[in-house]
Amino acid sequence: MQPDLSAKSLKVTSLISVGQHPKSGRARRAEQDARAVELGLTLSDDQLEMLHVGSGDKTVMRSYLGMGLPKMTLLKQGDRGDAVPVLCDYLATHAPDILLTGVRAESGEASGMLPFLLAEKLGWPLVSRIAEIGEVNDGVAEVLQALPRGQRRAIKVRLPFVASVDNAAAEPRQSAFGPGQRAGINDMPVAGGDDVVRSGWEESPARKKPKRLKVVKAKTAADRFKAATAKASGGGGKVLKKESPAEQAQAVLDLLIEEGVVR
Amino acid sequence: MILDGLLPVLISVALALLAIGALRRISLWRAGQPESVNIIAGLMAVPRRYMVDLHHVVERDKYMSNTHVATAGGFVLSMVLIILVHLVGLDNSLLAWALLASTALMFIGAVFVYKRRQNPPSRLSKGAWMRLPKSLLSFAATFFIVTLPAAGLLPVNFGGWVLALVLMAGIVLGLGELLFGMGWGGPMKHAFAGALHLAFHRRAERFGGGRSTGLKPVNLTAKILGVSKPSDFKWNQLLGFDACVQCGRCEAVCPAFAAGQPLNPKKLIQDMVVGLAGGSDANYAGSAYPGKDVGNAKGGPTQVITEGLVSPETLWSCTTCRACVEECPMVIEHVDAIVDMRRFLTLEKGDTPNKGAETLENLIATDNPNGFAPASRMNWAADQNLRVMADVKDVDVLFWVSDGAFDMRSQRILRAFVKLLKAANVDFAVLGDEERDSGDVARRLGDDATFQSLAKRNIETLSKYRFNRIVTTDPHAFHVLKNEYKDFYPDGQAPEYEVFHHTTFINELVKASALKLDMYKGGTVTYHDPCYLGRYNGEYDSPRELLAELGIELAEMERSGFRSRCCGGGGGAPITDIPGERRIADMRMEDAVATGAELVAVGCQQCTAMLEGVVEPRPEIKDIAEIVVESLIEEVH
Ligand code: SF4
Ligand code: SF4
Repeated sequence: MQPDLSAKSLKVTSLISVGQHPKSGRARRAEQDARAVELGLTLSDDQLEMLHVGSGDKTVMRSYLGMGLPKMTLLKQGDRGDAVPVLCDYLATHAPDILLTGVRAESGEASGMLPFLLAEKLGWPLVSRIAEIGEVNDGVAEVLQALPRGQRRAIKVRLPFVASVDNAAAEPRQSAFGPGQRAGINDMPVAGGDDVVRSGWEESPARKKPKRLKVVKAKTAADRFKAATAKASGGGGKVLKKESPAEQAQAVLDLLIEEGVVR
Repeated sequence: MILDGLLPVLISVALALLAIGALRRISLWRAGQPESVNIIAGLMAVPRRYMVDLHHVVERDKYMSNTHVATAGGFVLSMVLIILVHLVGLDNSLLAWALLASTALMFIGAVFVYKRRQNPPSRLSKGAWMRLPKSLLSFAATFFIVTLPAAGLLPVNFGGWVLALVLMAGIVLGLGELLFGMGWGGPMKHAFAGALHLAFHRRAERFGGGRSTGLKPVNLTAKILGVSKPSDFKWNQLLGFDACVQCGRCEAVCPAFAAGQPLNPKKLIQDMVVGLAGGSDANYAGSAYPGKDVGNAKGGPTQVITEGLVSPETLWSCTTCRACVEECPMVIEHVDAIVDMRRFLTLEKGDTPNKGAETLENLIATDNPNGFAPASRMNWAADQNLRVMADVKDVDVLFWVSDGAFDMRSQRILRAFVKLLKAANVDFAVLGDEERDSGDVARRLGDDATFQSLAKRNIETLSKYRFNRIVTTDPHAFHVLKNEYKDFYPDGQAPEYEVFHHTTFINELVKASALKLDMYKGGTVTYHDPCYLGRYNGEYDSPRELLAELGIELAEMERSGFRSRCCGGGGGAPITDIPGERRIADMRMEDAVATGAELVAVGCQQCTAMLEGVVEPRPEIKDIAEIVVESLIEEVH
């Protein structure tokens, strides 16, 4: 799907964060955020705003800028700050048509909550884990949401909205050193308190959870392939299609209570 | 004679046109970036550089070197004498006789040029170059005849109108080609540009038997990084392009051209000439880039090269093997130009093909091209009990392990070398996890920012410790450490160690009787010279001496030593992976098979990987360290 020409006048904002390389632990351009920028660039290369809240690691910011943006906005905040109120303040006066984020950060809290909190505060719809944005007509965008195993779901959503970009979205373009160095960073110091909840936390490297071994008794390569790609077949579960929304919601709540998620 | 009045006029006009043309040409070069040169010393050095350095290369083709001496020598001498005799009008029969002799010499030379052009090999350009021998002949012949009266051999008023007209036509043709053409872009341009190129060469160290192979650093704060337009080259690089004689020797040795990839170094240099002068390649009459038609390329001094003049695939096909540079009689620096243009594509456009972007990203994030955990660099040596620099601080020899540490095949080479070091009781240690990629691949892919960052951080690490020598099994790291790091030492500091390739080092150990070796027991062996060991660093002998110590009589490949053909693994070529008709490694293996060898000895893990990637049946591939280890007589302690 090619975005149509009217989409070019869209105002898009992509949020970027400081990523972390899984092997070296070094700060880098985060994979999903870079995809959010890539998607933003294809949607609207001249009206894309790149936005970061934090201390703004220079090398990392420049590696995002190397994707070809002339400038970006940096809402300067200490490492312990809470990004959500700052972003809400800023977006209230600089509202885009589409706000793109990654699904979850690679470092820090990495709860994946940011797009949800922003959508809630802004009162905009949220589409999570998108792969592509197609045509935008009359204020309605066609969005492809990424589902497991390469499946896609087409969704229509009214502007403005928030979308988190999945790894299934187009790979980010290479970052070029020269333009990245020359691009401007609009520094805006912001007020905004520390994240009090987080300040009480202790950070330690995650331990790998043991994984249940899948015993595959397949004899042929084709069987092995099938086993590897088959849908996880959960035994239980029900499909509620005809029931009223209230009944469906009740069923979900019952399950959550049963599993001990909601007490 | 009737021509007497006309001749001085013709000569003056031709000389004036030459001067105007030359000034115009010089202004084209001056569109390039400033680079300071020593004008007087440069000009003074021209005769020596021409007679010694240039001829050293031309002499590889005996026929052409003799021909060129006769023709060029005859022409230069004739021109001086023509000015004295026919323009100034010195009435001296000695001078006239000398002019007769020099035109005769030139004529003989021109006859051989003519003969070479009868059935020219495909590497030679045709077009205007086919006309050149005829122009040379008519210049020499007509001036010979018009000088006869001055020498007193013919009456002053010999001949009639017809002869006069014929001579006149010959003179116009000869002067036109040789003087007018020299200034206005004809084939004779090479004499003018070539002489100045020798004078103002960017790598003057190359003359007088020197070597200068390290790439020049990029100023990372410049307005534009790398070369986007011809005017971004240094002015003396532009001058160098203009010196090309289209002999095609570079084309004949280029592995990428032979593999049918879209690269021909001669065409590339000619395209640079099109770019610096402005226009199209329609008049180019040599071999094309394989798979591309001639005539569609257009450019100008301020037009982006990769938008219409040269396609990026052409630039990415090069393995930076330097075969072209080694063969070029005009001492042109193809690899510098190619890497300069790659720098623009990578640093400004962010457009490194195929695995290029990923490799560079890995290098930035993990200091190795495949994105392995930096903390796993020493895993290969878990059973080797190696001393690490951070513990010992001070050793004789630092063993630079290179990224071979992450590759299982290369690890066998590393282990073999460690065994030799231990057997010879060498006092050595490694950097362990503190080592980083040398930056070679990043630099050849045009990413000088990442290269410089790696180089500086490696230098910082190296500066923490004391050692006398660095030894490495990787010729690429060897080249970078030896020739390219010195540009990145902090001001006032310089490397205080020598860098060795392991073949040189083992050879020294053997010569010092530090290793006891048996004779080699296998079959026929041939040796493949890695480009970065041979052409980049001039090390052709140590590997051969070492193999000879083992009693191996090498069955040399037709292309060996300075003419060795690349394995296809250099310059990031396997990463950018530009398709051709054949694979360079396959062609190299054919060279090896033709010697009847059962074993190909190499001195590079990259060559090992490339050659072992050729489908069997083929000879076995072993690094020299592995071959030596097999013959090692281990002493029981
Ligand atoms: S670049 Fe050198 S080797 Fe190649 S054609 Fe020109 S003069 Fe000959
Ligand atoms: S360096 Fe090697 S591959 Fe590159 S143009 Fe020269 S001969 Fe061809």
